[in-house]
Amino acid sequence: MKVFVPTPLRSYTRQDVVEADGATVGELLAELDRRFPGIRFRMIDEQGSIRRHVRIFVNREQVMRLDAPLGPADEVQVLQALSGG
Amino acid sequence: MSIPDPEISSSPAEGPVTLLIATRKGAWFLKGDSGRRSWKTEGPVFLGHIVHHMVLDPRDRRTLLVAARTGHLGPTVFRSTDAGQSWTEASKPPAFPKAPEGEKGRVVDHVFWLTPGHAGDRDVWYAGTSPQGLFRSADGGDTWESVAGFNDHPMYPAWTGGEQDGTPDGPKLHSILIDPRDARHLYIGMSSGGVFESTDQGGDWKPLNAGCRADFLPDPYPEYGHDPHRVLLHPAAPDVLYQQNHCGIYRMDRREGIWVRIGESMPKDVGDIGFPIVLHRRDPKTVWVFPMDGTEVWPRVSPDGKPAVYVTRDSGQTWQRLDRGLPPSQAWFTVKRQAMAADAHDPVGVYFGTTSGEVWASANEGADWTCIARHLPHIYAIEAAEMS
Repeated sequence: MKVFVPTPLRSYTRQDVVEADGATVGELLAELDRRFPGIRFRMIDEQGSIRRHVRIFVNREQVMRLDAPLGPADEVQVLQALSGG
Repeated sequence: MSIPDPEISSSPAEGPVTLLIATRKGAWFLKGDSGRRSWKTEGPVFLGHIVHHMVLDPRDRRTLLVAARTGHLGPTVFRSTDAGQSWTEASKPPAFPKAPEGEKGRVVDHVFWLTPGHAGDRDVWYAGTSPQGLFRSADGGDTWESVAGFNDHPMYPAWTGGEQDGTPDGPKLHSILIDPRDARHLYIGMSSGGVFESTDQGGDWKPLNAGCRADFLPDPYPEYGHDPHRVLLHPAAPDVLYQQNHCGIYRMDRREGIWVRIGESMPKDVGDIGFPIVLHRRDPKTVWVFPMDGTEVWPRVSPDGKPAVYVTRDSGQTWQRLDRGLPPSQAWFTVKRQAMAADAHDPVGVYFGTTSGEVWASANEGADWTCIARHLPHIYAIEAAEMS
């Protein structure tokens, strides 16, 4: 499936869209971390929660849990929530 | 109090000084010439990252560690083994252990403090975090482990006071100090929490706050719960400790174990509130401070808009104002606890950075001041390094 990567994380992927697999959001992020070491911890804290200013959308619907299911045709977008100053 | 003159062991440095500047928007290097007269700004590195600390490893003078995060992403540590030419991210940044199912676990918001380990423990580093956490790396900062003796200590919740009990930017563990005579003898400071000591490399800890005031608590002299802003151990006299505390400037002879308020001898209209405190590496009786307004709502700016450094050369019995070259009025500097440093030259160079992005330097122990950089972002930390 396609994963859209926000600019703050492109130092890991070097591209704005990557192809990756996983039956859940958690599995998908684990796969990304294998290929791009360190990327998961920047999005997910040590207790397994999505960080405060990171949002994950599946087919344009926001998901709040890592066990949210995924299918091969899904599109995943990782976005940075607004936080400035 | 009788304190014998300690042995003075280190000789002055002679090489060029590089200031490692950590800011809210990235990190910079300020490189001085051999006379510390002209300075060249290089950088940024990690532009846009919130950099709380950039530290050189004095054991090889080439390895740099940076504590960083961004507004959106989680905290991490970057490492360079070639004096900042290239960087790699820690493969396992500091993180609290995962909590058992159904329990709320702690999350590192940011890495606030980095300390190289003992001279004999090559590749060991310590990190302090917000909320208060102590972490150790044994591989040069690539992987970090929780120091369970502190982070899981049965008294941790009481000592740290919970997440509401800290600085406006979150409670912090800072001032990780290592006794140069014994790698197992450690000190830490916590805002809030106080000063704590371990004699078994972090396996167990005890509060070390006797004599220190905490006037914001119901009991002004509690066992713990204090707010040390910065704690120092003198490398040439390791039983001499200083701290700039929320409630004044203190000194301790560890053999006596009592903090003595040495800021009482500061001018009353200036007071002894501030954040940083800086050592003279060869003279344990000399420290510099940067007083700030701690009245009423704590403006945290130079008292009366007239910035000045103060120095004592007699362990706090007397203080001298050092303001030549600094703005005489209408200058509302704030200098954070990590944003003041001294080099190892003779005479000592003293440096501080402001939250408004200026760096000020003195090559003669504070007698004269010059602004050597301006227009930088909000400065969090300055280290004076001699890189190889």
